[in-house]
Amino acid sequence: MVAISLEAVPRLWRLARIEYDPARRRPVLLYPEGAVLLNETGRAILELVDGTRSVARIAAELSERYQTDVTEDVTEYLSRLAERELIQ
Amino acid sequence: MTNERPTTLLAELTHRCPLHCPYCSNPIDLLRAEREIGTEDWKRVFTQARELGVLQLGLSGGEPMIRKDLEELAAHARGLGLYSTLVTSGLGLTRKRAEALRDAGLEHVQISIQDSDPESAERIAGTSSVKQKQAAIALVKELGFAFSINVVLHRANLDRVGEIIDMAADYGADRLELANTQYYGWGLRNRAALMPRREQVVRAKEIAEERIQRYKGRMQMLFVLPDYFEDTPKACYGGWGRFYIVVSPDGKALPCHGAYVIDSLEMPNVREHSMEWIWHESPAFNAFRGDSWVKEPCPGGPDKAETAGGCRCQAMALTGDATNADPVCSRSPYRYLIDAALLESEGPAEYVYRQVPAAPAAVPETV
Ligand SMILES: C[S@@+](CC[C@H](N)C(=O)[O-])C[C@H]1O[C@@H](n2cnc3c(N)ncnc32)[C@H](O)[C@@H]1O
Ligand code: SF4
Repeated sequence: MVAISLEAVPRLWRLARIEYDPARRRPVLLYPEGAVLLNETGRAILELVDGTRSVARIAAELSERYQTDVTEDVTEYLSRLAERELIQ
Repeated sequence: MTNERPTTLLAELTHRCPLHCPYCSNPIDLLRAEREIGTEDWKRVFTQARELGVLQLGLSGGEPMIRKDLEELAAHARGLGLYSTLVTSGLGLTRKRAEALRDAGLEHVQISIQDSDPESAERIAGTSSVKQKQAAIALVKELGFAFSINVVLHRANLDRVGEIIDMAADYGADRLELANTQYYGWGLRNRAALMPRREQVVRAKEIAEERIQRYKGRMQMLFVLPDYFEDTPKACYGGWGRFYIVVSPDGKALPCHGAYVIDSLEMPNVREHSMEWIWHESPAFNAFRGDSWVKEPCPGGPDKAETAGGCRCQAMALTGDATNADPVCSRSPYRYLIDAALLESEGPAEYVYRQVPAAPAAVPETV
């Protein structure tokens, strides 16, 4: 897996959207022929993926919010989604 | 019972279709219009499916554009938060209807194509369709839908898989599904005419793999392998009764679009039962859950956990018993059926075209 760079400015795949799933009581990422259930961390990260914030900035904002350095979690999570072409 | 929730509902809205594809996976006994369930039935099914946890909806058939209530159904689905895919030949997708579908909130359109060579495409479809498909594709792109192309591969088009992939990229597809024919329904009836030679399959796979890399980031590609050429069966699509529900035009709920062949099971009808009951309680959906039903030669076999006996519908269609191992398995005593079918690739390619039966002639009254 190629790690996403801190300077990258990710955005959600054009064809994907986030929806709340009342049946599972969880947010889900929906896209053609697929769905990914999101946990709280995932949702928090994806809410900041908007095509203007860099990976570094997303990590900084979340580190601030959770009062601990989450840079590694954020890059790993986004790298996995990039690998699946769910973010660009 | 199961703790799992279904994720995908395939709504086969009708069996009517202007095309006659010999590979069509629809059943031989196609239903005529008067057997189809109504708009309110479908809306109720979508609502109940959503409550069960379904996230993805396929609006398919037959040709779903034939249903006049398609826009209304798409709007209802979107209102429930479902992600809907229109699975269409493209015929009947006029500007007016495409715009209405977009306004209804439909997100994704999948158009099937028979071949890159127009003459061959017309022969496979059994009717003229290429021009209309091109017009439909242009509309789908113009209106900004997520856009997939599906191509069913077989002897007549496998050698052009490279051209087919390039054509899909030129059309601007976001996704391309290359599906080697699964032998269900009309596809099974036409198996001898569709069966490719092994070299064709090997070559096509190489070409597809090279193109997958070439178009990475531009067009997602899926190459579905032909299981007859493998030694281990494919696992049932997601597993029987684990993620998937198909509802046929007359309201029968099935765990797979091939499952109508399993006549030992009575498939529950959405006119009589709730989706909740169908998913959790119905004998049909529980029949092959887990792997306790798996019998020889599978138990203890190294592949059991992954494939759990393979495809139930294929086991039924080819061996006459849905509890047998999928005959694709090299350990199945029925493997010879598959090996014999592979030899059919040397035979002539004459198609029996898919056709909905005509209305029965009125019986003259006897006086
Ligand atoms: C049965 S069709 C119905 C929708 C529409 N008439 C169409 O052809 O797109 C649903 C999808 O299954 C594909 N398909 C049909 N028969 C198949 C088979 N035997 N194996 C694999 N895919 C098949 C079609 O190409 C299409 O994408
Ligand atoms: S696969 Fe061909 S014949 Fe079958 S429903 Fe689709 S367009 Fe019609």
